[in-house]
Amino acid sequence: MKPPPFTYHSPSSVEETLDVLAETGTDGKVLAGGQSLIPLMNMRLAAPAHLIDINGAGGLDVLRTSDDGVRVGATVRQARVERDAEVFRVQPLLRWATGFVAHPVVRNRGTVVGSLAHADPAGELPAVLALLDGTIEVVSRGARRTVTGRDFFAGPLESSLEPDELAVSAFFPALPDRAGASFAEVARRHGDFAVCGAAGLVELDDDLRVAAARVAYVSVGPNPVVLDLTEACGHRSPGATDWTRAADAARGRLDPGADIHASAEYRRHLAGVLTARVLGEAGARAHGAAASGDGAHSGALR
Amino acid sequence: MTTRMFGEPIQRREDPRLLAGRGRYLDDLGHGALAAAFVRSPHAHARVLDIDVTDALDVDGLVAIYTYEDLPERVADPLPLLIPHPALTHGRTGYPLANGIVRHVGEPVAMVVATDPYVAEDIVDLIQVNFEPLPAVVGIENAVRAERLVHDDVPGNVGAHLVQEVGDAPLAVDTAPHRLEFRLDIERSASTPLEGRGVYARPDASDGSIRVYSSTQTSTSVRFAIAAKLGLPATKVEVIAPDVGGGFGVKIVHPWPEEILVSWAARVLGREVKWAEDRREHFVSSAHERGQVQFVRVGFDDEGRVLGLDVRFLHDHGAYTPYGIIVPIITSTQLLGPYKVGAYRAEFTSLYTNTVIVTPYRGAGRPQGVFCMERTMDRIAEHLGRDRAEVRSANFIQPHEFPYDQGLVFQDGRPLIYDSGNYPEALEKVKEMIGWDEFPGRQEKAAAQGRRLGIGLACYVEGTGVGPYEGGHVQVDSAGRVHVSTGLTSQGQGHGTVFAQIVAEELGVPIDAVEVTTGDTRRFSYAVGTFASRAAVLSGNAIALACRRLREKALRIAGEALEADPGDLEIVDGIVRVVGNPRTAIPLRTVAVLANPLRYAFDEEAVRATQFARSSGDDGPPVPEDDEPGLEGRDYYSPVRSTFASGMHAAVVEVDPDTAEVRILRYAVVHDCGRMINPTIVEGQVHGGVAQGIAGALYERMAYDESGQLLNASFMDFLMPYATEIPRITTGHLETPSPLNPLGIKGAGEAGVIPVSAVIASAIEDAEGIRIARMPISPDELFWLRRRAETGEVERTGVVKSDRAP
Ligand SMILES: Cc1cc2nc3c(=O)[nH]c(=O)nc-3n(C[C@H](O)[C@H](O)[C@H](O)COP(=O)(O)OP(=O)(O)OC[C@H]3O[C@@H](n4cnc5c(N)ncnc54)[C@H](O)[C@@H]3O)c2cc1C
Repeated sequence: MKPPPFTYHSPSSVEETLDVLAETGTDGKVLAGGQSLIPLMNMRLAAPAHLIDINGAGGLDVLRTSDDGVRVGATVRQARVERDAEVFRVQPLLRWATGFVAHPVVRNRGTVVGSLAHADPAGELPAVLALLDGTIEVVSRGARRTVTGRDFFAGPLESSLEPDELAVSAFFPALPDRAGASFAEVARRHGDFAVCGAAGLVELDDDLRVAAARVAYVSVGPNPVVLDLTEACGHRSPGATDWTRAADAARGRLDPGADIHASAEYRRHLAGVLTARVLGEAGARAHGAAASGDGAHSGALR
Repeated sequence: MTTRMFGEPIQRREDPRLLAGRGRYLDDLGHGALAAAFVRSPHAHARVLDIDVTDALDVDGLVAIYTYEDLPERVADPLPLLIPHPALTHGRTGYPLANGIVRHVGEPVAMVVATDPYVAEDIVDLIQVNFEPLPAVVGIENAVRAERLVHDDVPGNVGAHLVQEVGDAPLAVDTAPHRLEFRLDIERSASTPLEGRGVYARPDASDGSIRVYSSTQTSTSVRFAIAAKLGLPATKVEVIAPDVGGGFGVKIVHPWPEEILVSWAARVLGREVKWAEDRREHFVSSAHERGQVQFVRVGFDDEGRVLGLDVRFLHDHGAYTPYGIIVPIITSTQLLGPYKVGAYRAEFTSLYTNTVIVTPYRGAGRPQGVFCMERTMDRIAEHLGRDRAEVRSANFIQPHEFPYDQGLVFQDGRPLIYDSGNYPEALEKVKEMIGWDEFPGRQEKAAAQGRRLGIGLACYVEGTGVGPYEGGHVQVDSAGRVHVSTGLTSQGQGHGTVFAQIVAEELGVPIDAVEVTTGDTRRFSYAVGTFASRAAVLSGNAIALACRRLREKALRIAGEALEADPGDLEIVDGIVRVVGNPRTAIPLRTVAVLANPLRYAFDEEAVRATQFARSSGDDGPPVPEDDEPGLEGRDYYSPVRSTFASGMHAAVVEVDPDTAEVRILRYAVVHDCGRMINPTIVEGQVHGGVAQGIAGALYERMAYDESGQLLNASFMDFLMPYATEIPRITTGHLETPSPLNPLGIKGAGEAGVIPVSAVIASAIEDAEGIRIARMPISPDELFWLRRRAETGEVERTGVVKSDRAP
């Protein structure tokens, strides 16, 4: 469990980072929090010849909130996003979901952008980005592009990032008015990758009936899966909605896989259970927010 | 009077050092040493056709590569079969490096020595081994079918077959008013100490000796094994167990291939060599335990009293049997627990599979036996519609029946005779702690809110403190410090605290003056090792006896100095004084000086002991006949047989009706290990044991696929629980002293783990109304049990089929 040899680079600016990335090409790997990459290297499942540490690059440690949403720079730790009050006000789902990522010590090092770049279908944050239609800002020498979740997540542990590209930030849109969100998961141990997880978002119309209901799933496919379950919710007020119908609809549309912790059938069952739970809670929160009229969310922190 | 020390819940003395990161574990030693790494088999069963090292040869930092062909005689011999047994007719052991064939994934094939562990692992990757894969035998069912063999010369894959019986159990079952017959399954788990194994060898060319540090549970026996393998007299080999980060059984196995190879290579190379096992290696190349399939037939009367119990079980012992058949022997003998059954028969077949070897893991076969017995008690209760606690109570050995002879032969070859215990009182206590009698009301109330609660109970008896012996040495120096040593090792249990408590109590010295050394053959060379909950019983008593010798001598010498009768003296706070006249006194440190007649005054204190300073009243020799210089005591404790601790656990669980997740709401333990030296340490042992028990009940398993690959060889997928998964545990103590040893103590190290799978199975069954016959259980499995119960493929509880004999 010792990594094979590699050359360590510690560029002091984003420009220099991009130069090194361009030079090292497929032999190089960005090192952010190291909470996924280092274990892979120690187990010799990854063997990059060059490690490009972006922690000293400068300018990437920026966490910016506005009424539109939250922008998270590439070296912002998960723990910071989890605790930031402004982030919570603008998009509470980030705190609720991040609380399920690993353990506090891992979140102290692990970055939000790294978690997205790692593109683990068992990761919570990719599902959140997909649910919210967030984007990732990607730069390379002389080029810049904005990528949606759908285009970014290309398969298990595979993103659409090119070897010379650096993800500089991610943008998570704010919680809309009259909307509520929720996150729930089943993991074998506290802090483990989820056997199945779900992030739900419910938006209400002027009559406080369910206008949109969407759920993003963790660990049910090669990529985060987002389902629009509005139809199955029957355009009623959250209190009058039978969420188990949405659950059944989700079960019918998902095609999870099996591993040593869970059979596909159990996962499908859980996806339904969690669908009802997150939509029920998100609906109640949306209703609470709409009733209090200020778009603020109520409820517990997790 | 000195404050009492024995029985006091004092804080562990080793914790400040360990918690502050000042522990010295194996890999903290020998920073300059060469590093060893191993090429291990990726196949469960294969012939080794060729090993090609060409690509590795020009790597900078390579020192040596060894394969089986390079090993000299003795080192190249098969590893020893440590515990032979007449029933183990086909015992087989592996070689330090594969001799033409590998029989489990992880078996060592070649050894690399390099300048550091990084380079060593690089080189391992460059060595090409050409294997011819052979069909693998994985799982008990395949082993028993024996369509393929693990060892060509072991027919049926059967290593051992053993029957023990008392009375005619089959007949007793057949003629009983009620009978039941069922199958139970337990899967594999493992000790998984946080520190893996490790060896660090320092050869000394000047005198041809070697010092070996090993993360072991038996340094003395590792020493003899290394001496034998290297052809050295034992006087040229020192073995030291440094701080050891947990053992739980796996480190009692020895000599491991690495212990021999690292020591051998260090001597050949004339350099220090170190190997520290990594986590992945630990999963595939050390040891596992638990896997059994049990077939139970039981006959009982209307009160639930067991008239006949006939158990046949299959035990998976992995690819080799270096530790003999201790585990299934313990299962078959400890299965009886606190009960007296009319007639008993236990038959086991111990089978080879192409998987990691099976050797004792905390509990060592008892969890399986207790699972069998306690599931049987629950089945009987269910069948008769009686309370589960009541049925157990009807079968208890009563307090006046001790010593109670179960009529079997225990793991130490001695009769299975329980020394003492009080099972009815323990049951009352645990029922009260868990709220047994009130529970049905609680359960109903919860059900009305859509919550599923269940309660479970299980009892066990644990044979602890097996022989043959341990020794203790105690010495007082001229500064008044008390140096204590015993040969067995410590893996974090707190020996440095409890042994010091015994010494402080026996000698009347402040505990801070006592320093304890364990597992260092330079200090104490005769010992057996730390396993079977034996350290306190064996070394504790040996140290107490050594103290009593020292004390007698101290009082004699002090008596001479004070012109007092030794019978009138006491030792308080390290000072010997006349009872009732505390001013007539002499410090123990001065007694230590006087105990060693001197010619040379090397310091102020020593002056008193020199030949012209001593008042030699008579013409006798300065060191009297039958005496020795120095204020020391050495003694051994060798028990006639084991002492039997006992306990009962109960738990309340909540099962999620939707996700099938299991949460433990309450966990209560009543534990009786005789007189407690330190209740805090006993509780810590119980808590840790319960945590490992919960691990085995709900989380851990060895996920082998059909080709013998271990799919979860990491802490990501092998679900050792975190603190977050372990509930608060309430502990109650009973103290039924053992009549067998001077201190009246019994072992406590393994107890916590033993009944947990049985308790949790019982509680889940109670919550779900679905029969639980296989542990561990995951949410996925419970989900499927529910589905199958709906379709009638799985039995629900409470569905009684008529079984009355016509
Ligand atoms: C014990 C443990 C438990 C965990 N449990 C969970 C869990 O439950 N849920 C979960 O989601 N995660 C979990 N993780 C993973 C953790 O969240 C990681 O922090 C995260 O996946 C990666 O972030 P990082 O900053 O550590 O990235 P790194 O490990 O540094 O990098 C990960 C990958 O992303 C690439 N990368 C990183 N940043 C960039 C960038 N800016 N541009 C381009 N490429 C980049 C790297 O090259 C690498 O390939 C766990 C980790 C551990 C150790």
